[in-house]
Amino acid sequence: MTNLYIIILAPLIGFLLNALAGKQLPKNASGIIGSVTVFISFILSCVLFYGFVSGTQQKMDADVFDWVSFGSAATGEAGIKIGFGLLLDQLSVMWLMVITGVGFLIHIYSIGYMHGDEKEHVFFSYMNLFVFFMLLLVLGNNLLVTYIGWEGVGLCSYLLIGFWFKNQSFNNAGKKAFIVNRIGDLGFLLGMFLLLFHFKSLHFGTLQAAIAAAPVNHALMIAITVLLFVGAMGKSAQIPLYTWLPDAMAGPTPVSALIHAATMVTAGVYMIARSNFMYVLAPETMQFVAIIGVVTSLFAAIIGVMQNDIKKVLAYSTVSQLGLMFMALGVGAFSSGVFHVVTHAFFKACLFLGAGSVIHGLHGEQDIRKMGGLKKWMPITYWTFLISSLAISGIFPLSGFFSKDEMLAAAFEHHKIIWAIGSFASFLTAFYMFRLVFLTFNGEFRGTEEQKKHIHESSSTITIPLIVLSLLAAVGGFMGLPEFLGFHHWLKGFLAPVFTAVPVAEAGGGLSHGAELGLMAFALSLGLIAIAIAYLLYISKKNLPLAEGEESGLGKLVYRKFYVDEIYDLLVVKPIMFLSGLLHDFVDRVVVDGVVSWVGRIALMTGAQVRKLQSGYIGFYLLVMAMSIVVIFFYAFILK
Amino acid sequence: MLLLIVLFFPLVAALITYLLGNRYAGKAALLFSVLELVASLVLIPAYRNADALNISYLTEWIQNPHILFQVSVDGLSLLMVLLTTALIPVIILSSLSKEPENQRSFYALILLMQFALVGVFTATDAFLYYIFWELALIPIYFIALLWGEGKDKEFRNRAIFKFFIYTMAGSLFMLLGFIYLYQYAGGFGSSELYGLHLSDKEQTFLFWAFFVSFAVKIPVFPFHTWQPDAYKEAPAVGTMLLAGIMLKMGLYSLLRWLLPVLPHGVMLWTPVVMVLGVIGVIYGSVIAIRQSDLKKLFAYSSLAHVGLITAGIFSMTRAGFQGSVVQMVAHGVNVVGLFFAAEIIYRRTGTLDISKLGGIRNVAPKFAAVFMIIMLASVALPITNGFIGEFLLLFGVYEYNTILGAIAGITVILAAVYLFRMYQNVMLGETNELTAKFTDLTPTEFAAFVPVVAAIFIFGIYPKPIMELAQPALDIIMNYALK
Repeated sequence: MTNLYIIILAPLIGFLLNALAGKQLPKNASGIIGSVTVFISFILSCVLFYGFVSGTQQKMDADVFDWVSFGSAATGEAGIKIGFGLLLDQLSVMWLMVITGVGFLIHIYSIGYMHGDEKEHVFFSYMNLFVFFMLLLVLGNNLLVTYIGWEGVGLCSYLLIGFWFKNQSFNNAGKKAFIVNRIGDLGFLLGMFLLLFHFKSLHFGTLQAAIAAAPVNHALMIAITVLLFVGAMGKSAQIPLYTWLPDAMAGPTPVSALIHAATMVTAGVYMIARSNFMYVLAPETMQFVAIIGVVTSLFAAIIGVMQNDIKKVLAYSTVSQLGLMFMALGVGAFSSGVFHVVTHAFFKACLFLGAGSVIHGLHGEQDIRKMGGLKKWMPITYWTFLISSLAISGIFPLSGFFSKDEMLAAAFEHHKIIWAIGSFASFLTAFYMFRLVFLTFNGEFRGTEEQKKHIHESSSTITIPLIVLSLLAAVGGFMGLPEFLGFHHWLKGFLAPVFTAVPVAEAGGGLSHGAELGLMAFALSLGLIAIAIAYLLYISKKNLPLAEGEESGLGKLVYRKFYVDEIYDLLVVKPIMFLSGLLHDFVDRVVVDGVVSWVGRIALMTGAQVRKLQSGYIGFYLLVMAMSIVVIFFYAFILK
Repeated sequence: MLLLIVLFFPLVAALITYLLGNRYAGKAALLFSVLELVASLVLIPAYRNADALNISYLTEWIQNPHILFQVSVDGLSLLMVLLTTALIPVIILSSLSKEPENQRSFYALILLMQFALVGVFTATDAFLYYIFWELALIPIYFIALLWGEGKDKEFRNRAIFKFFIYTMAGSLFMLLGFIYLYQYAGGFGSSELYGLHLSDKEQTFLFWAFFVSFAVKIPVFPFHTWQPDAYKEAPAVGTMLLAGIMLKMGLYSLLRWLLPVLPHGVMLWTPVVMVLGVIGVIYGSVIAIRQSDLKKLFAYSSLAHVGLITAGIFSMTRAGFQGSVVQMVAHGVNVVGLFFAAEIIYRRTGTLDISKLGGIRNVAPKFAAVFMIIMLASVALPITNGFIGEFLLLFGVYEYNTILGAIAGITVILAAVYLFRMYQNVMLGETNELTAKFTDLTPTEFAAFVPVVAAIFIFGIYPKPIMELAQPALDIIMNYALK
């Protein structure tokens, strides 16, 4: 347990140091503090991880203190008892490794990336705070502790998106992220209320036992799981709550890599994987999750094809990949979903950091139409970016190949249409990724001469994390080698104790070897074809994306992201703004206050009459009383 | 004995402060309020040990009608007393650097107010309680009227007068209600009033008589229209007293003087109150979105918060009860913090108009951090004090009725909308001519924020002391209310 405390508290201490004393500290200290604290967590996570791998570490589940509890001992009435408790098992330790490992690399990278920013210490304090909340999220032994982390990472996301807070459009993006997430959080809250109401607990272990013991109330399980999934839609940017994620790219690039690609946005996947014992009892919800996931995946991939901002492409790619993960969860392939979370963390973090390196080298340029030929100047960035792009495109034998293949095979087994959509989304993924690679790194440089003079490879604090992450992106897939080829699927075995409630048949493995091999070959060839098309278009034919405003027809529709933001603005934001004005200016000031004044005036007038008969003010008040009671009964009558 | 000291000390202190004159009034008042806080803290162990001599006092007061001078504390009263005694020093501290005119009257009135508030929360004889209730109105009326900040004096007079008449008129219903009850009970003691047998018709009339007087004070929609203007026109100290402590009188009274006294009336009319409460939640939140005046924005936000507390109380669930107590404390702390932040902005820029502000974070990072923490507590982010209260209240409402609970839950989204919007427009972006020279917190101002921020985190992480303290009292109230 001590290890676990240190893992959680180290980043918190880093946060406090940088937040309270960051200004007084020497110039480079904040980055070092930020990185070292996460590194401590990482080392200890490795110890725990190794313990689980070697079988010496047992699952831990204990309350640290009594958080919210009440009830009546006198009447024996069952109250509510929610501890502030931690849970460490194979699932949380996987996330622990990703959060602290990838998190540490990104902290190192940030030392180089944020160098010279006057608010460097603030940046590292937020980053550490994020790691702290993220750790709490995956280590909570009940949903409410998870919810602390859930909201906490949302806050850090808000703070970091709007890190350069002088720019109001960045602030808008941060605010949007927080508010859209809160819409999802309401679902999360209501799901918790249902659980609390029916099972008197939010503790994962207790819930699992209680749900297993009771006869399944099907409608209830559907309601609970759908509500929790709404929470996941917000945090993990699924349709219809995905719109905040592309805007979130306003934050510094390391933030995009850590929060908006590798860790926070996978929280929804974590939550559903953690709640697997509820989801398996609600097949309808699972189906719903799979459909939302795969549709999101396709939708975002289509938009990604038409984007010209290097970070926006990656953002839509992230939404798309998250969609695939939910598809996997929905078809019951929980461990495959987790597998893809891990591999995705490697290659997507690497891609974002690579994009950051490019932006850094070009002094803030993010438009791929103004890039090109960068591999000459930035070889390390290029090669690492290329490896990660191959990985995300599902090219053998890189990590994405294995995880994506597994998810698609499970989808194939579940429903052919879901598989077909998922495969098409993957095809598009390979295409837009290589469109990005070719336009950025190949061909001729299309920027200004001035820019050209200053292009440079980034410093080693930036390139070393890139190299490490690209290596992981290359070999990360070996933790889940396909069983049908006679390999041992290490990750599936490792996670098996977490997914005991999942029926084996649902977890994949029902296909014949031939079919699996066929699917694998099909997926691989789709990826290769997509890359070939991209090569043809952007290298052989030297096509360029259209300049701003030249798109038309369908292309414009996609380029403008199907106008979803505009539609939401029209359907949600504008009406609420209108309502707010109406309620204040008319309902509150005129109607409600008018009635009050009217009651008062009548009372005064009548009081003046009454005063002639009687003598004092009592009559005045009695009349006010009488009138008001009439009003109340009027209200009561109407409202009943 | 101790309780009497806690009760009467502020009265004595008010007198001494007035006599000391303008020069020392502020510092003396601060000292006295801190001493009062210490004294009230000693009540905790006395209460825990059931030290009857120190936590209650009873003597005959008036023979006919039979009125007792009866005060005592249970966990609920104690929490409210502690909230009062803890917030008054903060409120006084927040005003020190401003040096209001005619200080001796100003601080004497604050302490007099404290006397009345402690009286309201400790009186267990209804008549005595009523006297304190009305007494509390007098100092706040003068504070708001004479030290008000609104530039339009005519408008201020009207707004404050409206507040005075409205709450005064509301209170008279309560008095009539108590007098009516007296003819059955033969006394005003809470023990005599609890569990009276009354017909449903009587319960209905009495319910509304009491509810209206409390609802005006809280305020519950649609009895709230005095609130935004009164909050806006009153000086910061007045607004903090009103929103931080005084409205808790109404919420506290629901628990102490309504639920256990008129269980049938409550049962009959709960649906109406629940709907009013939830309307208040959404109504206040939606209006807050477009408010351009900082204090009015916080006023409407407060309307939403107290609407939820009211609904939580009437949900008649343990979660709702506990949530209401936790949230009363949290709301008191947070709203004082918010209005103090507004005051600081007003002092430096001379405006509370959100659209004229912006960029303050560039020049005042300390203030920005503190303001953000208080704002987040108000948004009910976990590990701030606002979270557990809101969570339990929403759960209570949800237990009462799923749909109402879900609707009330929308506050989770709306609070983020109006508060983040406000924070962005006031604090972020580039500075302008009004905010460019905004100076960061002075040590005195910072000192006033320290207890607020500390309370936000302490009770956010560990709300158990509040819940434990309140539990026995809430159990008793619930037993009467469910009879």
